[in-house]
Amino acid sequence: MSWIEKDAAALTDALAAGEVTSVELTQAHLDRIAAVDGGERGVHAFLHVDAEGALTQAAESDARRAAGTPLSALDGVPIAVKDVLATTGLPTTCGSKILEGWVPPYDATVVARLKAAGLPILGKTNMDEFAMGSSTEHSAYGPTRNPWDLDRIPGGSGGGSAAAVASYEAPLALGTDTGGSIRQPGAVTGTVGVKPTYGAVSRYGLVALANSLDQVGPVTRTVLDSALLHEVIAGHDPRDSTSIDQPVPDVVAAARQGAAGDLTGVKVGVIAELAGEGWQDGVMARFRESVDAMVAAGAEVVEVSCPSFVHAMAAYYLILPAEASSNLAKFDAMRYGLRVLPEGVDSPSAEEVMRATRDAGFGDEVKRRIILGTYALSSGYYDAYYGQAQKVRTLISRDFEAAFEQVDVLLSPTAPTTAFKLGEKLDDPLAMYLNDLATIPANLAGVPGISVPCGLAEEDGLPVGLQILAPALADDRVYRVGAAAETLLTKALGGPLLDRAPTLTETGAGA
Amino acid sequence: MPDRPSDTAGVITRDEVAHLAVLARIDLDDAELDHLAPQLSVILESVASIQGVAGDDVPPTSHPMPLTNVFREDVVEPSLTAEQALSGAPEAEEQRFAVPRILGDEQ
Repeated sequence: MSWIEKDAAALTDALAAGEVTSVELTQAHLDRIAAVDGGERGVHAFLHVDAEGALTQAAESDARRAAGTPLSALDGVPIAVKDVLATTGLPTTCGSKILEGWVPPYDATVVARLKAAGLPILGKTNMDEFAMGSSTEHSAYGPTRNPWDLDRIPGGSGGGSAAAVASYEAPLALGTDTGGSIRQPGAVTGTVGVKPTYGAVSRYGLVALANSLDQVGPVTRTVLDSALLHEVIAGHDPRDSTSIDQPVPDVVAAARQGAAGDLTGVKVGVIAELAGEGWQDGVMARFRESVDAMVAAGAEVVEVSCPSFVHAMAAYYLILPAEASSNLAKFDAMRYGLRVLPEGVDSPSAEEVMRATRDAGFGDEVKRRIILGTYALSSGYYDAYYGQAQKVRTLISRDFEAAFEQVDVLLSPTAPTTAFKLGEKLDDPLAMYLNDLATIPANLAGVPGISVPCGLAEEDGLPVGLQILAPALADDRVYRVGAAAETLLTKALGGPLLDRAPTLTETGAGA
Repeated sequence: MPDRPSDTAGVITRDEVAHLAVLARIDLDDAELDHLAPQLSVILESVASIQGVAGDDVPPTSHPMPLTNVFREDVVEPSLTAEQALSGAPEAEEQRFAVPRILGDEQ
């Protein structure tokens, strides 16, 4: 097995044992990126690759290892960062033309923590513009391709991060999850993604889509790797007033405990509302098998009803556009980003420049959501739409509370279908929105969730994800049960699911 | 379930979209309005189902975690230099953001 195929936990051991250097590891991943990311048929997970910076950081890491002063267990393990997180010295575009070439003068707290832990940053990953989408097709810089089938979507908005780890371009990546943007890409690329409890990870330096929903989290190939990364990025940050000022649960210990595959005494609930019409047969079949395997491993399973979940999508598509339309008002062509002058106007006003800039700089989906949010917040409709959505949010939280009185964790498939074809839903917003049916409730209620691979759908041979949700602050539970599910699947398959992905042909065009 | 407001049952006209675009400070040309208005109608029809779902007794949630005001010690911390703050500006002058005229002819 080559270095790029090893998981981060194995790499930390190899680095500690002196079997490999960080420079070697970082170069191996840069070579992989150069081989499979670029060109017409490349994965296109990266918007920007920082070979020089990553190798410099790797050399510094090797010097620390040699001196016996590593900064963390993950010191020297390279990582990819979603392009919605501010990085000093590296462009941060959020997949938008309006921020093309913008280089932030500060680091997001999570990025500062990666640096403080010694992880070389390989580059910035592709995403739907301002994280609005479920396929990365709304990136202004072209879509990312799913390594399982290059004609299919890698999920979104964090399809770049998921595709990067799925195609062995990076062992670790950071994503952000506002309505499923870590978990759904994880599901459709056969990788692991975690949305921590709201406030568990700092949002400082995360370019906000919807402040009350956004959360940064790990994107990896194994549950333990996610836990190792979670440990690095989580914890209180005085620069984020919504950050939780409490100790981080021991997610690494939970992942190690779960990896034994024993679920004796764990009560799991299957969410009744997340099934039925619109749910692909092969997805449901793999999901039911996973639940059966968990029962065989000692879990007790019950069906749980969360009746308000049927309104989650409507609530989400009112709350999110409302928050997004306010957040994106900052792109006013004055302080950073694009400035476009309107055509045929002498001495245009600031407002005319702002209107022309936002027309040129924003893509269709961003325009749709800004206008939708402006509508939802306008005086005549506020109570009927936005006010109702906030109340439904309360009902969804109550559903979770009632459910977690009965069970330890809740289960559902992560997404209703496997990866669809590029272009298939691009101009059908509603069809696109339905991908996040199962992941949205967790964001509305702030609870943590994980997606772990649970097999391949029979009809198309594409990955299916199992979603595990836990009560707020009980992030350790999603790691314990997630690791157990992973162990059970690996046993059933005789190896990791990702081993079944087709070998990528080298496109050789560079990133 | 209370009646939905009959005139707002999820349908949004092209003129309304044009007005909202002005409010949102986005120039939309005719082709964009033709394209976006019907899509916004479809989305609004779909989210309209939310009307009347929760009764008056249900409090709204604006934020998933219970929060109180957060304060910090009133001490000076390092911040961006003027040069850093202006580093991404489309135009800068004398350590300030340079902007187009902000007043109309009639003002």
